[in-house]
Amino acid sequence: MPSILHILWLIPALPAVVAAITALLRRRQRRLSAGLAIGSMAVSLLLAILAFVQTLENPVRQVVNFRWIQFGSDWIWLGWALDPLTAIMLVMIAFVGLLIFIYSVGYMAHDANFTRFFCFLSLFAAAMFGVVITNSLLLLFMCWEVVGLTSYLLIGFWFHRPVAAAAAKKAFLTTRIGDLGLLLGIVWLYSQTGTLLFYDHGAGCLEQGALTSLLGAATVAGVPVFTAIALLIFCGAVGKSGQLPLHVWLPDAMEGPTPVSALIHAATMVAAGVYLVARVYPLMSLSPDGVATALKVVAWTGAITAVFAASIAVAQNDIKRILAYSTISQLGYMMLGLGVGGVAIGVFHLIAHAFFKALLFLGAGSVIHGCTEEQDIRNLGGLRRFMPITFATYAIGALALCGFPLVFSGFWSKDAILHAAHGWSVSQGPFYLGLFGALLTAFYMTRQVCYVFLGRKREPLALTEPVLSPRAPAEICVIDDPHESPRIMTVPLLILAFFSVVLGFLHTPAWPWFASFLRGRDVSLSLGTLDAMSVSNLALDFSRFAEAGLLPLMFLSSLIVVGGLGLGWWFYGRRPIVRATDPDALERIAPRIFRALQHRLYVDELYDATVIRLVRWTAYLSDWLDRRLWNGAVQAVRSLVTGLGWMDASLDKYAVNAGFDEGCRGVSGSGRLFSRLQNGRVQNYLRAIAAALVVLAALLLWRSAA
Amino acid sequence: MTSLTAYLLVSALLFSIGLAGALTRRSAILVLAGVELMLNAANLNFIAFWRFGPHPEALTGLIFVVFSIAVAAAEAAVGLALIVAVYRQAKTSDVSEIVEMKG
Repeated sequence: MPSILHILWLIPALPAVVAAITALLRRRQRRLSAGLAIGSMAVSLLLAILAFVQTLENPVRQVVNFRWIQFGSDWIWLGWALDPLTAIMLVMIAFVGLLIFIYSVGYMAHDANFTRFFCFLSLFAAAMFGVVITNSLLLLFMCWEVVGLTSYLLIGFWFHRPVAAAAAKKAFLTTRIGDLGLLLGIVWLYSQTGTLLFYDHGAGCLEQGALTSLLGAATVAGVPVFTAIALLIFCGAVGKSGQLPLHVWLPDAMEGPTPVSALIHAATMVAAGVYLVARVYPLMSLSPDGVATALKVVAWTGAITAVFAASIAVAQNDIKRILAYSTISQLGYMMLGLGVGGVAIGVFHLIAHAFFKALLFLGAGSVIHGCTEEQDIRNLGGLRRFMPITFATYAIGALALCGFPLVFSGFWSKDAILHAAHGWSVSQGPFYLGLFGALLTAFYMTRQVCYVFLGRKREPLALTEPVLSPRAPAEICVIDDPHESPRIMTVPLLILAFFSVVLGFLHTPAWPWFASFLRGRDVSLSLGTLDAMSVSNLALDFSRFAEAGLLPLMFLSSLIVVGGLGLGWWFYGRRPIVRATDPDALERIAPRIFRALQHRLYVDELYDATVIRLVRWTAYLSDWLDRRLWNGAVQAVRSLVTGLGWMDASLDKYAVNAGFDEGCRGVSGSGRLFSRLQNGRVQNYLRAIAAALVVLAALLLWRSAA
Repeated sequence: MTSLTAYLLVSALLFSIGLAGALTRRSAILVLAGVELMLNAANLNFIAFWRFGPHPEALTGLIFVVFSIAVAAAEAAVGLALIVAVYRQAKTSDVSEIVEMKG
């Protein structure tokens, strides 16, 4: 079988070409634009599956590198790589992307800018594929930025709404902060290793030679160089994946259309940060002894983010915002998994999360679509009867997210993380944070499902607080006729629900296929033949459950999940609120905590009061300096030059010109004098000659007489 | 008073009359006539100096004057032709009115 490696570039190229074509289409060519986008995605999916199958057969990493531009005496190399991590990410992105593209046809059916939407989506898909196939940190950064751009464009897709425009700006600027760190990390890494290729037959920056030289590099201000670089790169991941200090943009990003939230802000782009950490894992885990500092930072950031975002999600009322905080929390889990357990555990949660979170977002989109754009869960209610398919798939997604025991993917992926955290040698803190986060996750998902699907239809709020509901009050209207969404939207839901369940079995303690696959071990799994699985250490081995504390841990996490579900049911399911204005059950018990959570723990306010105020004052100061100081200097130079010019001009005018003019006047005056002699009267000339004759004669006479 | 002196006086008188005519008359033709008079005064001088000179037997003065008269005739012809041409241009033969050629 010829290697697919050499046509791997087609996977990002196809959507990119389609984006270019779609950009030129006219507005009413809706079918063509959607068809092109979906077609390109389908072909990309096919290629991705081919690549995946190839890595199944031959998990050795293959790279294609090429020279790009000359930079001093060196060449900058770009390239792409095919390895299990790339392949699994490609398949996930293409598959989820394809389903979301199809779903978008239904969701965006009434939008006037349908073609523009698909143009942006295709561009996003192209860049996202680029991020995962690249073998060069530089190319990754470029695609990374394009992904950020499309995220900006799609959050602000309904740019005529000021909130959406502001959210787009916020997302763009906040992620830029992280990207600055990433860029610095890239530059530093280049200066240290002289290459930005990940793998280059032994010469890449993630390979042994470069890593050894990094280990030997000097420390800067007490921090080893490799740790500093790893942390700077992690900054980019923090921004993109909405980790704690920079998470504020992700909830606001929900102003974009729901398929965008599902694709970009749940399944793929926000996971790019996790992917980045997984990709540069050799650098992250670089340490002369013990656990690398960078990994400790990753793990703690992830754990704190997981609990922090989950607690905020408890008190939100916007259906998409709850999911957004849930996404942040789950991304925290992925980081935690990477930090404590390694690539396989983090990426496994990434893949599982991509499916069930996309499912949840698309389900939320289906709810919003069926209920005249209503997003406030207090105004919804009792949708179980009106939207049975949406309810069923949403429930599956919710259970997968909570990590309901045994049959849902979220259980296995989260359990792997918790298990790794439990066994972490540095601290047990992340483990307990993770457990608490799991409890909160189960709680807020139950709350949401109870609010939206259970109980009865509620009278809507007359007016919601403007801060908490981004929609204009005029749009909050009575939901007359909730209806199930068209089949083009429900079929993707069903497919995603199916995968939310089965994906879990790819990586259970009994059969850790995923980890072996990612590690590029001998995964002789010819599709369908089970006997091949017994090769090497991949046997289905239930005895592994007996490993150190695994079963009690599983039991504990199951207990916590069930406890969270039960708690949620006790608060919200038992007696669903009747009117939308009724206070939240938690609000009655602990109003102050609830209000703090509802205001997102005042992080935005904190940033407003500190960073944004600082930036604003800096801007004022710069403005003042610009007007007074720099402008004054410029004005002084200008005056000096003007003065010199004026002096020059007057010198020219009064000295040089005057002298010359005087000379001219003299010449012309004498000319005029002489020209008076030549007056044209012939007899005058003759007279002169006669006079001269007389004088001459007199002179002669006088001389001869003397 | 020798006869040479008398001739020279006549010649000087003739020259003066011609000069006065050339200087005072306004008609171009009369100016030309004055010039002819002055020329003839010069011719008379030639004849007189030849006649009372050291070699009166050689006919040098006479021959010179004959040439001079011939040249004067040609000069008069050219002068008259010029006067006619100027007259055609300026519609006058008054030299005090023909003043275009000046600095």
